[in-house]
Amino acid sequence: MKKIINDPHDVVPEMVDGLVRSYPSILEQVPDTLAMVRADKDSMKGKVGIVSGGGSGHEPTHAGFVGKGMLSGAVAGQVFTSPTPDQIYAAIKAVDQGKGVFLVVKNYSGDVMNFDMAKDMAEMDDIEVRRIVVDDDIAVKDSLYTQGRRGVAGTIFMHKVLGAAAQEGASLDDLEKLANAVLPNIKTIAVALSAATVPEAGKPGFELAEDEIEFGVGIHSEPGYRREKLRPSKELVEELLGKLDDEMHLDPNKQYAMLVNGMGATPLMEQYIFAHDTLDQLKAKNITPAFTKVGNYMTSIDMAGISLTLFELADPAWLKALNYPVETVAW
Amino acid sequence: MFTAENTTAWLTNFAGKIEANAAYLSDLDTPIGDADHGNNMARGVTAVTEALGKLSDPDLVTVLKTTAMALISKVGGASGPLYGTAFLEMAKAAKDANDTATLLDAALAGIEKRGGATTGDKTMVDVWVPLVADVKAGSLTKDQIKAAVEATKDIEAKKGRASYLGERSVGHIDPGSQSSGYLFEALIETEGIL
Repeated sequence: MKKIINDPHDVVPEMVDGLVRSYPSILEQVPDTLAMVRADKDSMKGKVGIVSGGGSGHEPTHAGFVGKGMLSGAVAGQVFTSPTPDQIYAAIKAVDQGKGVFLVVKNYSGDVMNFDMAKDMAEMDDIEVRRIVVDDDIAVKDSLYTQGRRGVAGTIFMHKVLGAAAQEGASLDDLEKLANAVLPNIKTIAVALSAATVPEAGKPGFELAEDEIEFGVGIHSEPGYRREKLRPSKELVEELLGKLDDEMHLDPNKQYAMLVNGMGATPLMEQYIFAHDTLDQLKAKNITPAFTKVGNYMTSIDMAGISLTLFELADPAWLKALNYPVETVAW
Repeated sequence: MFTAENTTAWLTNFAGKIEANAAYLSDLDTPIGDADHGNNMARGVTAVTEALGKLSDPDLVTVLKTTAMALISKVGGASGPLYGTAFLEMAKAAKDANDTATLLDAALAGIEKRGGATTGDKTMVDVWVPLVADVKAGSLTKDQIKAAVEATKDIEAKKGRASYLGERSVGHIDPGSQSSGYLFEALIETEGIL
């Protein structure tokens, strides 16, 4: 393991401290926690708060999206480990303006349980809390008999749409309806070239040979659906876009947002090449995305790979929300 | 019967087992999870022993509640809420009772409620259900604990991260079941509970 860290146990607190102190006009740390909230308190006045969070290792997610027009707060767990209920509750309390708080949770058993416990704690203190559980990763079969699909890079679109609506004064009810309407329209699928190394573990989550790739890998090195030899970018796009098309039935008469997301160790150069191939292949289907984004938004520490997200903009207001101005570290 | 003293001894013993086997628990978690069960549990039990050490002459409810809060605030992942809820439910039940069966039933009901898992999902429930029954029958042995933990190998996971693997989860011991196994071993080793 070769990492620029101090003691592996201190990775998360040191990262949070560095982030907050580097962007003091945007972020503020809730004392004695790893929760971060907007520094611009005026921007939250009279609005419903939006809190997201999850394990660390996905930077700039989640705190990178805290700021005016987007999240009110974010909670950092240990690496790849859900934050604890007391920490989530601290963030809820810090952002609550009497209008309630909306939680964005990714669909992992730990995250769901910890956020639910925090919700119980907040409700005991008369703070109304609702939540959405994001499950955009189509690599996993959705079944009553499994944990269901995982929440991955598409979550940032959920943050963005909800953040814009909350800034414009949407109520907790409005946000819940909006989140439920948006959710089935966001789909993501990934390909990995190498696994992430959790600092405390010291070794990669799985091994891929020098010439091997794996389709469908999750953002915590969860295994994917197929392993094979590396192929050119355009063939990787064919595979991933094909999966999205099977799921979403891409339609030239509909509008889409596209996110090409780097997993941490893949250079932007390769992400732009992947975007070039994706846009070409969408064009062949007579589709030009109405909104595009390329970069490292939902990483998996030092995993090499890319995920592709498509968001069907079933409501024109959602495109406006994606273009809504924000003051964050990372959007 | 649980008392503040034997419960503290039980949890101290459990903490020792977790610390000694943290690497093994994380190894079990590597093929079917995210390789952090040992680290997370070790962080939790360290917090438990620290918190219990600060209590002076506590009652049983306080010991159980302190344990729950330490686990809830330090473990994270799925194990934190599951173990935390188990001890929180034991604390609630301990207000009116202290017999082993009632409190362990409360713990198991808490785990089932929080995680939504049932027998056969390859979770700690697969160890808790038979072993709580053994405790009630007065027949809990280390061999039974070992057998219950080993039996999770043959199950296909339906809950938690391991469920993403489907049938590839077969052949691996469920890490949460192994850590629960240590909890029951510590129960046998602590005088006066069973």
